[in-house]
Amino acid sequence: MALPIESTKPVSEIGLTNDDLLNMYRYMLLARTVDERMWIMNRQGKGAFAISCQGHEAAQVGSAYALRAGVDWACPYYRDAGVAITFGVTVRDIMLAFCGKAEDPFGGGRQLPNHYSNRKLRVLSGSSSVGTQIPHAAGIALAAKFKGEKLVAVAYFGEGATSTGDFHAGVNFAAVHKLPVIFVCENNGWAISVPTDKQMSLTSVAERALGYGIPGVVVDGVDIVAVYETMKAAVERALAGEGPTLIDAQVYRPLPHSSDDDDSMYLPAGFKATFEGRDPIERFRAFLIGQGDWDEKQDSALRRRVQEEVKEAAAYAESRPDPEPADLWTHVYADSVPPTEV
Amino acid sequence: MAVLNVLQAVNQALDQEMARDERVILMGEDIGKKGGVFRTTVGLHLKYGDARVIDTPLNELGIVGVAIGVSLHGLRPVAEIQFADYIHPAMDQIVNEAGKMRYRSGGEFWCPLVVRAPYGGGIHGGLYHSQSVEAIYAHIPGVKVVVPSTPYDTKGLLISAIRDDDPVIFLEPKWAYRRIRGEVPEELYTIPIGQAEVKRAGDNLTLITYGAMVHRCLEAAERLAGEGVSAEVLDLRSVSPIDWPAVAKSVEKTSKVVIVHEDQKFGGIGAEVAAFISEELFENLDGPIIRVAGPFVPAMPYNQALEETYLPSVEKIVAAARRLAGY
Repeated sequence: MALPIESTKPVSEIGLTNDDLLNMYRYMLLARTVDERMWIMNRQGKGAFAISCQGHEAAQVGSAYALRAGVDWACPYYRDAGVAITFGVTVRDIMLAFCGKAEDPFGGGRQLPNHYSNRKLRVLSGSSSVGTQIPHAAGIALAAKFKGEKLVAVAYFGEGATSTGDFHAGVNFAAVHKLPVIFVCENNGWAISVPTDKQMSLTSVAERALGYGIPGVVVDGVDIVAVYETMKAAVERALAGEGPTLIDAQVYRPLPHSSDDDDSMYLPAGFKATFEGRDPIERFRAFLIGQGDWDEKQDSALRRRVQEEVKEAAAYAESRPDPEPADLWTHVYADSVPPTEV
Repeated sequence: MAVLNVLQAVNQALDQEMARDERVILMGEDIGKKGGVFRTTVGLHLKYGDARVIDTPLNELGIVGVAIGVSLHGLRPVAEIQFADYIHPAMDQIVNEAGKMRYRSGGEFWCPLVVRAPYGGGIHGGLYHSQSVEAIYAHIPGVKVVVPSTPYDTKGLLISAIRDDDPVIFLEPKWAYRRIRGEVPEELYTIPIGQAEVKRAGDNLTLITYGAMVHRCLEAAERLAGEGVSAEVLDLRSVSPIDWPAVAKSVEKTSKVVIVHEDQKFGGIGAEVAAFISEELFENLDGPIIRVAGPFVPAMPYNQALEETYLPSVEKIVAAARRLAGY
């Protein structure tokens, strides 16, 4: 049984229409479904690597839904399928990247899967280094403030990233300059195999905000309405010139870190039982049905459509050509050209 | 024409580019009211204000990491690292972020960013105010590394670096900051990054060098001339990219090469230049390629005698050239 959505207000009062709720639900399903498909394809030998968004979908979609794609900036990390999809990245894009094809819009098959990138939508290309995008978000916000633009930059990361120097540098700079940045920590409690109590001597990531003189907020990261409400307040605060907010969205990680990890080596016995009732999608589905504007039949139909969309995207991606050998040499510098003989 | 030193050339380039292009902003430690520990940004805070001359927290990874973000949203940041010795905390941001942004995004994102840093020794700076870091960053594809030697080159190359659409590490020879003076046109001009320059023409051998060592090589060439050896001095000006055609042209002319840099010999720029010459110009050589460069010790010591022992001296350069001329 899924836990209930515990918003402090009716959804209409926090600015969400029924259409919004259904959009958010669809984005979560797309993220989950494309993720599940990547794991299957990884086991089929069709992709060397999979890394999951599962358990984080409400934190991702709920926060990104409070932003404006193409105006606000998202600086995501590798789990953020839900952020990317909410911004307008398609499951076909994700599948092309998973298969490492020439058409992969994130980087033409150069990066590992799930390294989202889209200039037009303002989804910033990220590396695999943990936390490095945090100062980038501060810099983007500094530039926006300098230009007099009303926008926010959002850095997404896990709780492990809050131990990095990049986190300190980025958050501190944004705080000093009161920049319109939101730091969204998708705190699943595990940095690969290292639990939070070996990462920090705090009970929540939000407490770190104290050291920077900014607000730190804990939110149930599997309650999409609560996440949206928290994010919206942070966006309003940022746009009002009041500076950054650190959001500690507490989620869970039902799967190993990646397709190359075995979590049975380090998770305590029975640990996964604590996830009972925490599935963000099940929880939101129960809420929607409870609201009376959604039913099982509509739900099955939507899930079928999403499955079809993902299957088509996978088939399309698999059928596309690999990069050419000459592509190895392009985009190193602005004027890079491949050697005459490859 | 006005005669400026290297510091003044840096300052003028920054000032004139900021006046020309309001997207140019400066970020670094002590660059505001103080005008930088070497005074390269003096007067700019007063002229352009807090928003364009930003005193940052004392955190080099933050300076470069935030500047990368600034560069991604339409501005042209010039970040200052107070001494090249302190650039290392920012290495991940330079190597994995700025240097790979264009490549990893298939050309969708790029970082028009300059990271300026005074480098090199001979100023009694000790282990942590004397380092040469050019070979470390020249090793990184996606990043350019410029090392000027004269006030004229400094202004023209710094303006090019600011206008470049790729990240540029701009290493200023702090030994030359006040010592080297030269004519610098008042107007804006650029020197393309990747073009070496023959600083002194010669026929018998080539001294290939860059940065502060250009001046020791010029002095060595003058002494060699007195001994009847005509030495050419080729100033690379940027160590990534390296102007290979200019290297080839000089080697084809003189057939003998001494490479001089104060950075350590092991794994230094000289190794790359020597390998290129050996691969591409072997038939032109009339003697071994000799490197006069720093020793494989952690850094340049404070003690003056040890510092001079570390640095390639005019005597060492002349001795190497003399030996080579005998072939």
